[in-house]
Amino acid sequence: MIGSPDLVAFTKEDDFGDSFSDRWSLPDEFSVPLFTHAANANPWTKTSYAKFSKDFILISEFSEQVGPQPLLTIPNDPKVCGTFDLNYFSLRIMSVDYQASFVGHPPGSNYPKLNFVEDSKVVLGDSKEGAFAYVHHLTLYDLEARGFVRPFCMAYISADERKIMQQFQELSSEFSKASECLKLGNRKAFANELVKKLKDLEYTRSVLNKETELQKMNNGCYSTQAIEKANELANVEKSIYEHKDLLWQITSYPSRKKKDMDLVQCEVEKPADASVLDDGDTLTSNCFENADKTMEAESDGPSRKSSYTPQLINAKSAKCFDKRLKTLEELCDTHFFRQTLEQLNLIEKLFRGDLCLIYTSQIDRALLNKQRVTSFLFESEQDCGEGLSKSFNTSTNNPPIPILNLSGKPLSLVSHTTCVDMYHMKPGVEMMEGPPESSASDITQETSEAADTETKGSFSSDKSIEALVGASPSSLQPNCFEVLERKSKVFIASSSEDLNVIKSNAVPHGTSDRSSSEVFGTKNIIPMDTACCIGQEGFIYEETLPEIAQECCGDTVVNQEPLSLLQGDSTLQMDYILEAPNMGLHFSELNISALSEEVARINIEDASDSTSYMSASTSSDRAASPFTYGSVITMKQKKKAGHSTLRFIRQYPFAQQAIFCLLSGRTLVILGVDEGTVRKLVNALFIFVPNLGKYGESVQPWLSTPFQLTDLQRWKLIGLQRATSPAGSSIFHSLNRYSRYISILDCDNKTLRCPSYKGMLISLMADHRTQIKRGSTYFLHVQSMLTQLTAKAFLYTFCHHIHLPMDINDQGSVTSRRTNFLSQLGYTVEESQIVQYLSELIKRHYVQGPSKGVIQSFFIYNYTTSYLYKI
Amino acid sequence: MLRWILGGRDAQGAVEKSAVLFIGEEQPKNCFTEMQVLKGHFDIVRFLVQIDDLRFASADDDGLVLIWNVETGDCLLELRGHTQQITAMMSYTLIRGGNVHTALITASSDRTLSLWDPDTGNRVQNVSDLQSSVKCLLVLDRLNVWLSGGNELCVWNRDFDLQCKTVHHSDAGISAMVEIPKNFIAAAIDKEIVIFKLNVSGSDIAVMAVRHLADHQDTIRSLIKINDRLFASGSHIGELILWDSVDWTIQAYELILWEEPVGDEVRLTNQKQIERSIQHMSSDGEIIVAAVGSGLYVYNVPMKSVVAYRKIAHDSNILHTMLQQDGQLMSCSEDGSVRIWELQDLPLTAEPASSGFFGMFGTFGRSSKQNSPPAKKLPAVPGLRSLELTGDLIGHSGAVQMFLSFKEKGLVTCSTDHLVIVWKDGELQSQLRSLALFQKLEDNQGL
Repeated sequence: MIGSPDLVAFTKEDDFGDSFSDRWSLPDEFSVPLFTHAANANPWTKTSYAKFSKDFILISEFSEQVGPQPLLTIPNDPKVCGTFDLNYFSLRIMSVDYQASFVGHPPGSNYPKLNFVEDSKVVLGDSKEGAFAYVHHLTLYDLEARGFVRPFCMAYISADERKIMQQFQELSSEFSKASECLKLGNRKAFANELVKKLKDLEYTRSVLNKETELQKMNNGCYSTQAIEKANELANVEKSIYEHKDLLWQITSYPSRKKKDMDLVQCEVEKPADASVLDDGDTLTSNCFENADKTMEAESDGPSRKSSYTPQLINAKSAKCFDKRLKTLEELCDTHFFRQTLEQLNLIEKLFRGDLCLIYTSQIDRALLNKQRVTSFLFESEQDCGEGLSKSFNTSTNNPPIPILNLSGKPLSLVSHTTCVDMYHMKPGVEMMEGPPESSASDITQETSEAADTETKGSFSSDKSIEALVGASPSSLQPNCFEVLERKSKVFIASSSEDLNVIKSNAVPHGTSDRSSSEVFGTKNIIPMDTACCIGQEGFIYEETLPEIAQECCGDTVVNQEPLSLLQGDSTLQMDYILEAPNMGLHFSELNISALSEEVARINIEDASDSTSYMSASTSSDRAASPFTYGSVITMKQKKKAGHSTLRFIRQYPFAQQAIFCLLSGRTLVILGVDEGTVRKLVNALFIFVPNLGKYGESVQPWLSTPFQLTDLQRWKLIGLQRATSPAGSSIFHSLNRYSRYISILDCDNKTLRCPSYKGMLISLMADHRTQIKRGSTYFLHVQSMLTQLTAKAFLYTFCHHIHLPMDINDQGSVTSRRTNFLSQLGYTVEESQIVQYLSELIKRHYVQGPSKGVIQSFFIYNYTTSYLYKI
Repeated sequence: MLRWILGGRDAQGAVEKSAVLFIGEEQPKNCFTEMQVLKGHFDIVRFLVQIDDLRFASADDDGLVLIWNVETGDCLLELRGHTQQITAMMSYTLIRGGNVHTALITASSDRTLSLWDPDTGNRVQNVSDLQSSVKCLLVLDRLNVWLSGGNELCVWNRDFDLQCKTVHHSDAGISAMVEIPKNFIAAAIDKEIVIFKLNVSGSDIAVMAVRHLADHQDTIRSLIKINDRLFASGSHIGELILWDSVDWTIQAYELILWEEPVGDEVRLTNQKQIERSIQHMSSDGEIIVAAVGSGLYVYNVPMKSVVAYRKIAHDSNILHTMLQQDGQLMSCSEDGSVRIWELQDLPLTAEPASSGFFGMFGTFGRSSKQNSPPAKKLPAVPGLRSLELTGDLIGHSGAVQMFLSFKEKGLVTCSTDHLVIVWKDGELQSQLRSLALFQKLEDNQGL
């Protein structure tokens, strides 16, 4: 009564008011200034002062005609960029292209050389604009372009500086995929262009030849016209040689293993044998034939060869600059261009949202990756994290982040030194750079491959690898031609001795990208624009990595709050990055799991074959059900199912027994007349099925035919139609026959026939008086308990002393040790059964690998009495 | 049992056969708690043959033979070549160049005989255009020959060369053969047992029939060797005769007569015929287990007396039996189940058949025989033991044709439902998987 408002009105305001407010408001030291609330603005948004509303990807080109220009943005929505000046920003990001990629005549050689330049990746900050960008430079080849190259760049632009900085590796790896795809298409298109050009030149030569002969006949050998014609002819011939050489170079682009490059499915075949190189024409038509099969648009090969009519080329205007330049799509071949756009869209999706969110999910994923041994039991497949989790695996070292600060204001990272290396290597060297992480003793094929792709993805050494093999083109060359002028400066190892020196330097160092400045410091350093910096301090923690990784175990990772990890993130990342080679699972694992998916799919088909009369569903519940054939069960669906589960445990007092059956591997048959009801119950219970499978292969949500013995081996949760037809009686026959292997939940009579369960574990998991209201919360509750259970099953499985006899006569004591172990964990007999079943699954999964998919080769059961539970 | 499922509205009589024996769901003595279903056949699987410790072959009515690994359940090889059903199959151990090599001989209705290499799956030898299809096979290791029995008896050497053969017998043909001492062979042809003699002179082998034993009243269904001195034959009407292997005289004669249940006459006579047929016998040298109709009959050879019996051991005819060392025996039946039995001493007070559930059985001797058995064996004979059901294996949905024991590695069953199932001791398998896990852990040096 004392606190009632009318009473307060009659008291002295200052006295009461003070004491009253003191009790309810925070002390001054804890008070937080209120966010200036403005028109529904997101208080957390970093873009509030930036001119764009959310992150986007920008592709720009440094056009030789008009200078830097933006080409496209992803998402392609003008609202995203807002008032942000794309032209201005393009200028900035393109101005930092320090690659100096070019085609030139190396001093020792008379041919233009293509440099297969690694992409460069930098971070660029413009704090004035509130824009920060990851910038990925790449060059594409264009026969009509100056120096045959067209510089492009892809930029991920965000207002959150920390997102760019902390997600650098992931961005780099994802953008590398996109870039690789573009470049692959470009090489193909470039080679096609060269083939055409060569035809033109050959044709021109033949015409000139005739004319020269004519001149000689008419005017004598030394007439001006004859000499002119002869020169012209020589020029054309030189041009032919040059183009042939270019063609040879582009087609002999060093082939690398790009296992992770799932984007680039139609990898262009690299001619391995030099014999094909003798004739440029047949070469290309041959070597692109394979790639062509995938694309109708490009199915040129022999057909275009025949259809293309060569044109006469005026030798003097071999390079013309006033032409319309090709668009990016033309440069890269439509098919590859589309693939690249897909990848870029994926990147946009992947890095959308707050850094904290991205980070948490990455940690989540990384931790899950650690638990390959048990995660198959209850964890669902990651929804879209494929790319990222891969990048975690592949980045076995932590490359430093190069930062460019254009606005002049210092960024949060320390100063960076500059160095860019240009050197030429024989392709052979490239092979040797394969395992750069040779410091680790346990290098496997996988790790070296991982390292290889990683090297490719690194940026600090902008290696340009010349396609130059022992069969030097100089043997083809008539040596009298003048050296063409090149605007770009070239650093070329001019003699083979030099090459050797480089090689011998590069190889022992292995990680040449780490110490490239040391290796090549004496030789070929291009001093770059001071604005272009490559951070060097990243190298420092690379040395201390293993220790950090050792110390930094799971706990530290989880306990650290993601956003506070600006400094600590290196160790965090290290933790799960480094873990990859130890596991020795990643690449082989990926392949195998891909295979097992295949198997799973086949099994599903098989299943639908064998019970081909699987009823055509009429119920609308089907749409809501996660079990559609061949579709992945996602976390989202599981969370949704939590709601049904919650209802189930509130509604059915024997829910615990039903859950016990599922957890202990006894097939639960849900029998009912109404498909909707049965499906709902299946939906409510499937989250408890261990080893559910990526596609939910362990569950058969609706079956209207009698099941077989093999079905029990495959399905752990079955929705079964109760029918009075003859088919129904055979269903009952199978229910009767296999009754010892199954539990039956009759949803019409609300009964459950199953073995009894005693214990606390499941009652904690499925308490019908639970206070949890939301389905997804409940799912997370269940998930955490299942994780706990899994951990115990893991412990049980991998404890030597409860499985291995001390000596030969020890057999009996093993059993007692096992029982003791389980009872010490606090498990009843029934709960021990659960742990033992999970343990068997873990064993099988560990020993056989996931190659066999979800389907078990064996079927475990036990002889126990079933009881009938009623509501 | 399923009345609650059926909601009481369906006539469960059609669904649920009255279980003669229901052991229930608790089976503490049944160690088979894991099964592996092997799919690969597309017809009735009738024969199983062990090749070595790890492998076995299964043959079906399509003429397909599959070789399996019992531990992993992998199908190792498919032997294709026969166009009709396999009628007989056996493993054949050869010693070539000091190496023991096991081959597989199959006989089919397409009148071919084939020798297979179970390592490569190659059909090493093949004989076609036989005059009749072969129904049984027998290896005589001593003589390095093997025999095939169909409408005639053929003797083959190791290289699949026909050494000699008998004249055409009858359309019934030889249904079973056993080897008896001194190069003699006892073969069951319809109601007779014919003794053949193999004359070996140098490399030539000749075969001739020397004696016809026509003591059975009906078709002989099974013929087995008990030990070196005795062999036994069982007929369609329940006659069990023990023969001396040397002088081919009858050592014991039992006519198994399950007590006739009261009921209507016509059905009864039909039933009687089926029920008394001795489908299969197995022996460990001292005890014979005979599958008589759907009942089991255990006979002690030295004592020449019945030890134990179950008139109705299965819901339908028993097709195969097996006697194990530890006093356990197994039977499989057309009802699709395998049952595991244990010979237990009866408590002194209890009447063996007092349950009244399984009825009585009786035997009577035929006075015409020289060693006439006791006229009527009463159930109260001392030494009579009971046959207790200790477990059953349910999985097949058709008649279980036969089984094959791999000792601790498991039990293999084959069935009309095209499936082969390996039943395993779950405890042991779990142990083995743990060992494999720790082995891999060691190989990988950690997780």
